[in-house]
Amino acid sequence: MMNLINIFITAILTENIVLTKFLGICPFIGTSKSRKSALSMGLSVMLVVTLSSIITYLLYHNLLVPTKTEYLKTILFILVIASLVQLLEIILKKYLKSVHDMLGIYLPLITTNCAVLGIVLLNITNDYSFVEMLVYSISSSLGFTLVIYLFSSIREKLENSFVPNSFKGYPIALITAAIMTLLFSRYI
Amino acid sequence: MKTIINGIIKENPVLVLLLGLCSTLAITTNFENAYIMGLCVTIVLVFSNIITSLIKKFVTKNVEVPVYILIISTLVTIIEILLQNYVPAIYEVMGIYLPLIVVNCIVLGRALSVASKTNVRTSFKDALGIGIGYTLVLMIIALFREIFGNNTLTIINSTSNLFGFKLMYKIFDNSILFPMEFLVKPAGAFLTLGILIGIFNSIKGGNNDEPN
Repeated sequence: MMNLINIFITAILTENIVLTKFLGICPFIGTSKSRKSALSMGLSVMLVVTLSSIITYLLYHNLLVPTKTEYLKTILFILVIASLVQLLEIILKKYLKSVHDMLGIYLPLITTNCAVLGIVLLNITNDYSFVEMLVYSISSSLGFTLVIYLFSSIREKLENSFVPNSFKGYPIALITAAIMTLLFSRYI
Repeated sequence: MKTIINGIIKENPVLVLLLGLCSTLAITTNFENAYIMGLCVTIVLVFSNIITSLIKKFVTKNVEVPVYILIISTLVTIIEILLQNYVPAIYEVMGIYLPLIVVNCIVLGRALSVASKTNVRTSFKDALGIGIGYTLVLMIIALFREIFGNNTLTIINSTSNLFGFKLMYKIFDNSILFPMEFLVKPAGAFLTLGILIGIFNSIKGGNNDEPN
């Protein structure tokens, strides 16, 4: 139990996937201009990460390991993620229109989000058990949502402050992220 | 030639298009990792662009993305197996960032926007330009981060089993310049890249990557 709590806390705070492992930087910088889009992105990532972690974990341990084809994991995992995203989009569009409208354009973008493939691969390389894997994927995607939401609030303020012209936009966003990383990391 | 230069300066994948930031930030803690990562991405990019361009007639619009992702992930898996067998040390260092080349938006982006529209020759040149541009930026960031963050410069260390010798320098003595350790930590990565893009913008004049 202590182990699970430990995984939960470190995945959200000290080893946050965005700020220390640099996974999901593209949506972190790209969709954090407003708080609403940041939240939608975070929720979509949580949904896809949790589902794809379960599927890939089961496939890896029940299909790839017995047949000794572990080297195929990258191809298999990206296929699972891509088809899962497609499937989710179709299902949500049909049965949960309101959720689909909220997640909108962010769902298709998730296929090429490094956070998803990254977490799925980390589950395997860290040798997690099934429960640990579940806790890790939920908490690290929670960490993603937390950081992207906090970051979007900072950027909304940043819009109205004076920034030298050549540093406007992405450069200042990256520098802000650096300060955030210092606050989150355990080296201070 | 013009296409290649275009990839290095006008459409630099990191500084202008802001693609592939995951590996850019994660792998640039030392110089060696940076150029090897750049090399891997360039190889994947060149082959994926060539293959995409060759098969573009048979791929319809709705299956474009899955087909290209499949091609890219196959190429990445080949590189993974090669590195694991010939330079296991570098395979260990790269960790999950090697398979993550699959979702590196540069490769898919080039396949979709360039290779699926032009002939083999142009898409090869485009891939080469983008690859070189990416590698150069990685090397600049790594150079800065390693020299000032660790006071060292690693050119051949993990790959020493291929070359048979190591090439590592100590740039400054710790008494002259104390290493700014936070530069090799994650925070330093964000800071270095942010400042680099800012400087690039001010040299180029104007800021065309401002988000709207």
